[in-house]
Amino acid sequence: MFACIFVPNFPVAAVFRAEPELRARAVAIFEGKSPLEKVFAVNESAGRVGIAPGMTKAQAELCSELTLRPRSPLQESVAHAALLDCAQSFSPCVEDAAADTVLVDLEGMESLFGMLPEIGRSLFRRAADLGLDGNVAVASNADAAMLAARGFCGVTVIPPGQEAESLGSLPVEVLFAGRGEGKDKEQKKESIRLLETLERWGVRDLRALAALPEVALSERLGQEGLHLQQLARGKASRTLVPVEEPAVFEEAIELEYPIVLLEPLAFLLNRLLEQICARLTARALATQELRLTLELQNLTGVDPQLDAFGIPSESDASPSETLPLAQHFISRRQSKFCRTLRLPLPMLDPKLFLKLLQLDLNAHPPGAPIRKIHLTAEPARPRSAQGGLFLPPSPEPEKLELTLARIAGLVGDARAGSLELLDTYRADSFRMRRFVPRVAPETKRREAVAENKSAVAALRRFRPPLRATVTIENGELMRMVCSKNKEVQGSVLWKAGPWRSSGDWWEREAWARDEWDIALQNADSIALYRLVHDLLGGSWFVEGSYD
Amino acid sequence: MSSAVVSTSAAQGRRFVFISEEGGEVCPQPSGAELFTEGLCTEGRPPQRAFSTATDARLAGVTPASRLAVRPVPEMVSSGIAAMDGLTGGLPRGCLTEICGPASSGRTTLLLAALAAATRRGECCVLVDASDALDPQSAAAAGIELDRLLWVRCGENSTRAEHRLEQLLRATDLLLESGGFGLIVLDLGDLPPQAARRIPLTTWFRFRRAVEHTPTVLLAVERQSIAGSCSSLLIKLGSIKPGPIRPRARMSEELMDSQFPPPSHAQVLTGLEITAELVRCRMDRKPVRSAEITFASRTAWAG
Repeated sequence: MFACIFVPNFPVAAVFRAEPELRARAVAIFEGKSPLEKVFAVNESAGRVGIAPGMTKAQAELCSELTLRPRSPLQESVAHAALLDCAQSFSPCVEDAAADTVLVDLEGMESLFGMLPEIGRSLFRRAADLGLDGNVAVASNADAAMLAARGFCGVTVIPPGQEAESLGSLPVEVLFAGRGEGKDKEQKKESIRLLETLERWGVRDLRALAALPEVALSERLGQEGLHLQQLARGKASRTLVPVEEPAVFEEAIELEYPIVLLEPLAFLLNRLLEQICARLTARALATQELRLTLELQNLTGVDPQLDAFGIPSESDASPSETLPLAQHFISRRQSKFCRTLRLPLPMLDPKLFLKLLQLDLNAHPPGAPIRKIHLTAEPARPRSAQGGLFLPPSPEPEKLELTLARIAGLVGDARAGSLELLDTYRADSFRMRRFVPRVAPETKRREAVAENKSAVAALRRFRPPLRATVTIENGELMRMVCSKNKEVQGSVLWKAGPWRSSGDWWEREAWARDEWDIALQNADSIALYRLVHDLLGGSWFVEGSYD
Repeated sequence: MSSAVVSTSAAQGRRFVFISEEGGEVCPQPSGAELFTEGLCTEGRPPQRAFSTATDARLAGVTPASRLAVRPVPEMVSSGIAAMDGLTGGLPRGCLTEICGPASSGRTTLLLAALAAATRRGECCVLVDASDALDPQSAAAAGIELDRLLWVRCGENSTRAEHRLEQLLRATDLLLESGGFGLIVLDLGDLPPQAARRIPLTTWFRFRRAVEHTPTVLLAVERQSIAGSCSSLLIKLGSIKPGPIRPRARMSEELMDSQFPPPSHAQVLTGLEITAELVRCRMDRKPVRSAEITFASRTAWAG
């Protein structure tokens, strides 16, 4: 058995999907170069007020309640991708028959999704969830299903053996509906010729065509005529040509007027995110990386710092190891502004994504009016985690990601995360990583809890180190004064050192130093500090205090 | 009782009849000598019984003080130092704990020990560092599992204490709202006490309420106690006392026996002596006994 999903009036449906608030209004889609734009498609409301395809844009504009939109190949391709997602959420064997038509092989699907009418209704609902109002037909062969979907509204199920009776009432035009839509003008001319011939013969519907004698039809119309008759009888059979699953999920919107403020951008992003999440949900997928590309109107007034970042290469360090969490670049030639949001775990929450993008754009505004918005999601398998009764508390990944983004907006991009020590003897060498808590195995936790460690004296660092003035008498440290911090000064009561170390002498950032641990008598107490003498620069610094 | 007087006539004095909110007629309980005077409230129900019924109905939802449930004792977790656990019983979950003391008193040692113990238990921890003072090598030496520690470094491009403090408070609010952390440490150790004291008491109260009934330990490290009665546990650390021996140092026996002071390169700092005093503990319903302990920490290179 096969199912077909057909979206009638596809250009208008694609616009409705991008702008759902237009559904209640009269809408006409125009195309062509100014000033010769012509109406290409209209919805039912526009047809009722007298707007028809072929009218000029100037004529259509006379109707005050009409909303005009330019034809957008971008939105149509996105709607088509959504249609494919809808079909592929049911079966892996899906044929991309046309921009507005997809065919699904339902072999073996009954045990998963129920009886055939139930599958048809599910397909219909899923398409509606993705913003596409289509017709669904289920039949024993792909062509019969396609004809039924193009001819009948809603959900149609044709029992096996009743194809000819069910399709009989359809007009013969339905056989040529999908032909000649592309640039193949020969095929279109041939279709028109066949249609005119059938009309001259008085063949108006498929029942009449199916009843014609085969030999006579073959003599007059050749193999093409016989093929059309097989279609009309619902007896044509062929195998589907399956499409490959998409590598990324993309949604895009082209704006009539460029937007400048982030607030209206957030509304549009919300819509795109909801659509992309609905598509991912339909495929039982989540995403771990969102890429936002904004096409800008011009680049006057762009922050020159933005360009300094350059285009990040794909072979950079793994996303979990780098900070900042998102990268962006702007290309002067293409006028594009890109932000990439990498998540530690696969997630699927449009509200969370919107908040993260908003925080990111607040921190890194595009700097120019926006003309087009592209949003791409890399699909990933949803995370599967088995919760345990005795697991230690840990923050929810979604909440944690939002909290981290907010804190990064507060304290700076690279100043919130977990730290990683670097393999060097240079003092205070570490790098910040993004915070991704990992659950330790229970056996390891038990061993660690049982382990009893003694207290380790810690150093509190002064960042940057405090420059100090040291008094040396007879080669001994006697007194130290810090001009920036009056509390760190006094006579040296006790000292240990110096401990000499050096490194990176083969590089430009070579270092060599002597370290002392000293006890200073302050006004009312004694404190321990680490004093450093920079052997290359000759300066003295207080690096931190032991606490 | 919001009622209206509807009658004042009586043989031996005034009689008050109240209209209850439900519309029924209720006599109040007489006071003093009138209690046993005959002729009072002869009409209708007996006055004392009526009053008692109404009172019972009104007080039905109020738990008497004698039956108040005892507040559950919070779960205590290890602070990572056995001596401190012996003094305080550990750190309470769902409560604010303060550790205060001057420089070199061992505050950071306790902080890192608590973080190490919590991360070893598999919990996620946060250090909100007002002064960006954490030393990564010390953290690793203390045994902290760095993967489970979120380090928030306040004060980017700003040395103003007020700015750092504002960032710390806002970040803490966000973290408490997010939830799920086993230990949240606020490190105010290097902020001047006059700046730290600017945190309103209401902020500490809000933090305490946010962390209540959660498994999170909220730990504040500062120079002086600033949270007031909001902290359930207050530990005060003593400074290194002036005396002949300052830090715990190691030197060779020949040098120790020598009458001359040992050269500085023959000594090694091996640790600190930490004196901790339990100032406040609100876990038990009895006044805390002032207790003090002294224990030693060791430096990472002391072995």
